[in-house]
Amino acid sequence: MAQADELERPARPPAPDAPQPAHAGRDWAAALETAESTTPTPAPSDEVGFMGSALYEKGKTVHNKRIDGPFRRFKWAVMAITLVIYYATPWIRWDRGAYAPDQAVLVDLANRRFYMFDIEIWPHEFYFVAGLLIMAGIGLFLVTSAVGRAWCGYACPQTVWTDLFQHVDRFFDGDRNARMRLDKAPWTLAKTTRRLAKWAVYLAIAFWTGGAWIMYFADAPTLTWDFWHGTADPVAYATVAILTGTTFWLGGFMREQVCVYMCPWPRIQTAMLDEKSLIVTYKDWRGEQRGSLKKAAKNPDAYGDCIDCAMCVAVCPTGVDIREGQQIGCITCGLCIDACDRVMKEVGRPRGLIDYATLEQCDAEAAGAPATPAWKALLRPRLFVYFGVWAGIGAALLFALGTRSHTDLTVAPDRNPPFMLLKDGSVRNAYTLRLRNMEARPREMEVALEGLPKGAVMWTDAVSLENAAPRQTVTVPANATQVLRAYVMLPPGTEADDDGLAFTFRLTAQDESDSAQTTFAQPAKTTPEDD
Amino acid sequence: MTNKRIDEPTGTEFVGHEWDGIEELNTPLPRWWLYTFYATILFALVYVVLYPAWPMLEGATPGTLGWSSRGQLEQEMRAADAARAGVRAQIAATDIEALAGNPQLMQAAIAGGAAAFKVNCVQCHGAGAAGSPGYPNLNDDDWLWGGTLTDIQTTLAHGIRWEASPETRTNFMPAFEGVLQPAEADAVARHVLALSGKAKDSPQGAQLFADNCAACHGPTGGGLPAMGAPALNDAIWLYGGTQADVKRQILAPRHGVMPAWQGRLDPVTIKMLAAYVHSRGGGQDAAPSAAAPEATPDATKVASN
Repeated sequence: MAQADELERPARPPAPDAPQPAHAGRDWAAALETAESTTPTPAPSDEVGFMGSALYEKGKTVHNKRIDGPFRRFKWAVMAITLVIYYATPWIRWDRGAYAPDQAVLVDLANRRFYMFDIEIWPHEFYFVAGLLIMAGIGLFLVTSAVGRAWCGYACPQTVWTDLFQHVDRFFDGDRNARMRLDKAPWTLAKTTRRLAKWAVYLAIAFWTGGAWIMYFADAPTLTWDFWHGTADPVAYATVAILTGTTFWLGGFMREQVCVYMCPWPRIQTAMLDEKSLIVTYKDWRGEQRGSLKKAAKNPDAYGDCIDCAMCVAVCPTGVDIREGQQIGCITCGLCIDACDRVMKEVGRPRGLIDYATLEQCDAEAAGAPATPAWKALLRPRLFVYFGVWAGIGAALLFALGTRSHTDLTVAPDRNPPFMLLKDGSVRNAYTLRLRNMEARPREMEVALEGLPKGAVMWTDAVSLENAAPRQTVTVPANATQVLRAYVMLPPGTEADDDGLAFTFRLTAQDESDSAQTTFAQPAKTTPEDD
Repeated sequence: MTNKRIDEPTGTEFVGHEWDGIEELNTPLPRWWLYTFYATILFALVYVVLYPAWPMLEGATPGTLGWSSRGQLEQEMRAADAARAGVRAQIAATDIEALAGNPQLMQAAIAGGAAAFKVNCVQCHGAGAAGSPGYPNLNDDDWLWGGTLTDIQTTLAHGIRWEASPETRTNFMPAFEGVLQPAEADAVARHVLALSGKAKDSPQGAQLFADNCAACHGPTGGGLPAMGAPALNDAIWLYGGTQADVKRQILAPRHGVMPAWQGRLDPVTIKMLAAYVHSRGGGQDAAPSAAAPEATPDATKVASN
């Protein structure tokens, strides 16, 4: 419902012979004011709601006409690529050895691991995900400042699925005019059957969409088997049900309403676009005064290139009239460019009446400058700044990924009690060690005491006091963190220090090592031993 | 309504509200939006009937489903109890000294004991089980009544000097007030400290110790766990380790009391508490000849992160 306000607008009397408004201080309202309404004026709503105003506005289905052209073909390609990525990715296998799953992309929530080909992310490395999200955010800014709302026009899931569902409409009900006729037709058996069949296909697509989603969170073949045998986790069925429902509803029925009313992105875009942003524009100084070929033939000087065929409106997937200028409903998919170029070719006028251009380029062209290629809009300092930040974060993430250690040790000393006096006067401290083995194989790791006076020994729950020694070997299972309670003991008579002795636990596993500093607490010298 | 005014630039009708020259336009909501709003109202009405919702003078309207947060808590507690029932049954069926042979079961027992300790024991023994003067430290390797799992379980079940329990552990050190002259008491106290090298001994003190104390505390002050006689030759003092502390304890001994937990806690909880106390770092093995197998590396828990 891009033209929400147009619906409420009373039809203006057509002014075919009005003189072309002067171009000085071009403003888009000029095109608006002289526009002949291409949509029939809606009948006044029967609902007389609150204080004489209608409480709501009826939805209007967009029946977009089929068109072919470079942008349509690009849209096909993007649609094919994104859908294949979405549906196929979980099925790619990736051998990681015996101790890790062999699914290439897997968000293993139960075990708190994220696998992506050769990369495995642990929860403590969530900054990688945060970094990716920041990159995605800056990437949107980058794309916006480069090519405007290209995300909305081509790659947004809402756009891709809407496109898919509109093709289903076309398959079942024919092209624009046939669909409009069918919408108005009474509910005969034929129409009902056709609608039910169409909705069944909607539902199948929606179900497949929801079903593919859960495959990212578990081993895909196993989950598929479990799903159809009724033994999958209830959360899997619930997720599929919810996503099937939302896809069916948002893709099948809401469509452009999502872009206009629900999505925050178009609103953010209104703040991000400026006169240097690449948008789809109707070159009004060339098109106006619009009029049919017949009219233009009678009075060629009074008319511009636009023959007012309304093809641009007919092919628009969100039902906007691009000739009204920038609007929230325009997702800049370029299908109107395809349509207009085709018409211009047929009537023998130059292409590009509707084209990708910046407002600045339009102004220059309107003032008589030669047309600037659209790609020149890309050369903006802002673009390079965004790209620099974006690439910098990416490079930092890659660097961090390449240099990260697969071994980690953290130490938490017992704070209550901080130390323990034993019968023979020796002092014992207890520590909780976490030995992290991020490799997909069990590893022998050695924990050693560094920086404690001679005679200091260590033991764990696994090795008893009799086997206490300055270093201990621990087998840490593959892909796991071993929590170990370690005791460190100093013999009687070791010089006490009020602040405790600073020392280090060193973890060594083959070629990797990590250390953690901590302190050894002792009874204060001045306090009498009264416990 | 009589004179609809239209905003020229947008072609939208004015509502009629004006603030400082800024007027409100009438842009109706889409129908689905309005219906969604009605649906939320309908949802709220159904919710008010089904669930506790309407505040009254005392409490709220109960709702026809009978749901309450307390009821849900009880339900979740029952579910948690049911989930633990298997492990508890296993612990109940396992002899306490055999627990260490099953590392997973031992882990479960220690975890359960840690929870029960926080509720029942920290009041005297402290959150870290380190005790305080008069309340024994449970982390060290000094045990008044023995530090094997069985010993600890017995102490827990029957208490110390707890008259209500016939099997309670009990002993009473006689008060030497009036028996020993103050100078003699000083000499004994010095001898006691000398046992761990903290004071200078005297022949008089040694003789008095041999005559009056060695029967229970042993000739070298090693103590006698079977009857709860503390070791005097170590670094650990329940009532303080200065000359004055020791002398006071000789003349007028204090006797701590620990309640018997049998009857107040179920046997499985007592067993788990024993396992937890034993695991604090000072637990002793049952007997040198029939030592329980050492915990294997599997005993340590493996966290998923």
